[in-house]
Amino acid sequence: MNVTPASRETVVDSHPADGLMRADRLPHILCPGCGIGSIAHCYIDAVARSGIGEDRHVCVSGIGCSGRAAGYVNVDSYHTTHGRAIPFAMGIAVQNPSLVVTVISGDGDLTSIGGNHFIHAARRNVALNVICINNFNYGMTGGQAGPTTPRSAKSSTTPFGCWERPFNLPHLAEAVGASFVARWTTLHVRQLQDAILYSMNKTGFRFIEVLSPCPTGFGRPNDIGDGLTEMQNYMRRCVVDEDADLRDTEIDLTHPDSRIVVGNFVDLDCPSFHPALTEPPPPPRSAAAWAAVRPTQFRAS
Amino acid sequence: MTEAVTVELEARVMTGEHFMLGDHACAEAALAAGVEFFGGYPITPSTEIMERLAHRLPRVGGKFVQMEDEIASVGAIIGASVAGGRSFTATSGPGFSLMMENIGLAAMLEVPIVIANVQRAGPSTGLPTSVGQSDLLQARWGSHGDYGVVVYCPASPQECFDLTITAFNTADQYRIPVFVLMDEVTGHMTERVVIPPEDEIPRVARKRPSHPPGEGTYLPYKADADLVPPMAHCGEGYKVHMTGLTHDERGYPALNAPTHEKLVNRLVDKVRLNAEKIMLCEEIGVEDAETVVVAFGCTSRSARRAVALARARGHKAGFLRPITVWPFPETNIRRIIEAGHIKQFVVPEINLGQLRREVERLTSLPVKRINHPGGAMITPDRIVQEILS
Repeated sequence: MNVTPASRETVVDSHPADGLMRADRLPHILCPGCGIGSIAHCYIDAVARSGIGEDRHVCVSGIGCSGRAAGYVNVDSYHTTHGRAIPFAMGIAVQNPSLVVTVISGDGDLTSIGGNHFIHAARRNVALNVICINNFNYGMTGGQAGPTTPRSAKSSTTPFGCWERPFNLPHLAEAVGASFVARWTTLHVRQLQDAILYSMNKTGFRFIEVLSPCPTGFGRPNDIGDGLTEMQNYMRRCVVDEDADLRDTEIDLTHPDSRIVVGNFVDLDCPSFHPALTEPPPPPRSAAAWAAVRPTQFRAS
Repeated sequence: MTEAVTVELEARVMTGEHFMLGDHACAEAALAAGVEFFGGYPITPSTEIMERLAHRLPRVGGKFVQMEDEIASVGAIIGASVAGGRSFTATSGPGFSLMMENIGLAAMLEVPIVIANVQRAGPSTGLPTSVGQSDLLQARWGSHGDYGVVVYCPASPQECFDLTITAFNTADQYRIPVFVLMDEVTGHMTERVVIPPEDEIPRVARKRPSHPPGEGTYLPYKADADLVPPMAHCGEGYKVHMTGLTHDERGYPALNAPTHEKLVNRLVDKVRLNAEKIMLCEEIGVEDAETVVVAFGCTSRSARRAVALARARGHKAGFLRPITVWPFPETNIRRIIEAGHIKQFVVPEINLGQLRREVERLTSLPVKRINHPGGAMITPDRIVQEILS
């Protein structure tokens, strides 16, 4: 790699991840301090380490800042309609069960406009790896409140503070039947990479919530500061508790010292959804081969 | 949770003569056309299509999925289509309305899909079990933005079979959403249906990349002279990107007016410039006709009878039935007008004047309307009365 110092910046000709990123699409559209790039990178890291050929990976996203993730990763990738990434991905996964289909989208896309698809895909245990980037607001449209906006948080549509109760997404995902449920933040890069990799290898509906800074849309009206400050906030407040009762993992921003519980919370072995078939469904990938990448101790279920 | 159910394999094509429901004929055509994936949501009066496929599709090696709603159904069939399978759903007016955003996605991504809409009387829940023909304009203009679609209107169970086969071929040939616009009467009518042997069922293959991934450059949205780009499926190694955003030939978002103009014009021109090849129309006795009755779907059955009755009473009546309502058979109408015999058109339809607008924009001659908002057929006598008055 050629490194050319240029004033205070470092300019490089290439990056180890270039092959799995659509480098010809750079620069990206994301704001300074945004966490989506880190999450896309964690995804492609998991793709590279998966041992499953790049050609077998498919990435599907909906609409919004997080929905742009599919546009930057160099696998077969589909940027669909708002909230509808999951049914689109389900069509792919059911039609060709040999593909590893990952949905990367935002909290508003997946759990507001796409909430119905989310709960039904989880109920059916469709073979999907869903990464929900939660930045607590609708960033692309300029910072409106969504279903995860914490109580009292300000946004352009809750100028006096949000008075709605937000979703606690791990609790929701567990309740509707997801086989794997995790929550990490963009601070927890290694844990997130490992969780995505582990999840890619599981059967059924897998859900990873990733808390991600949005300094422009959410940070500014709520005096959180820049992306780095929000990362420091995660560092201060996050507690890894994989035995947590998911009823108690709500995120409360009103009390600056309230903890944010992260971890791999749910890990069940349930067969993926298959429609009626003329021959038995293909066997799941061997779990044994993946024991080594099991990131942390999972809660016994 | 249990493993998937396994079922015995059976024949895909039910070759032979049948006394068959229109909805079932549509479902059998989807099977005969090689459908691999159906995702749908129950709605009267289309449910028999779904039920038939729930029984039959798994037994021919396909995948039947009941989705959570209609917009999910279209999302899933687009997904299955990009994964390489012919895919299908069926619905009625309210479900068709709910599908519209993803229909626009299929048009923009240029993913072939087929949707059967067995029309009932609207608006809203309307008359769920009764006939309507009021989705004619929705089928053409329902999703936002400009795009091309093809819409076939069967008037009998046999045509439910034949035109559904054609619909799949047209969808794959032009990479567009294609609709089979049925109605409650045709869908719930039982008549003779002849299903040909499997090797006699026409099959147009999707145009595919000419070289394997890695060799040369494959641009997913670089169209050939026929305006249709070859289509790579996911999992083949082409690493395609498809987006509902305005995109360039690479498939990458390009949010500017010139790219948009080029792309959207092509989406429309794929159908517009091939309209003469796509259009289907039936004519009876229009050569010397002074009155031509223009009707589609179940109403065309009344119109056909009315024209025969009027002829028997000495009136020079003709019959014109758009089989493709979109593209609308303008050429046929213009030819009749240019022949110079015609004095008036009569347009009966089970809506308040949707087809009539198409005829009116082509002629300054009188266009008589016979309308009913839904729930009942228009009778031959009513049409005869209008022809003779």
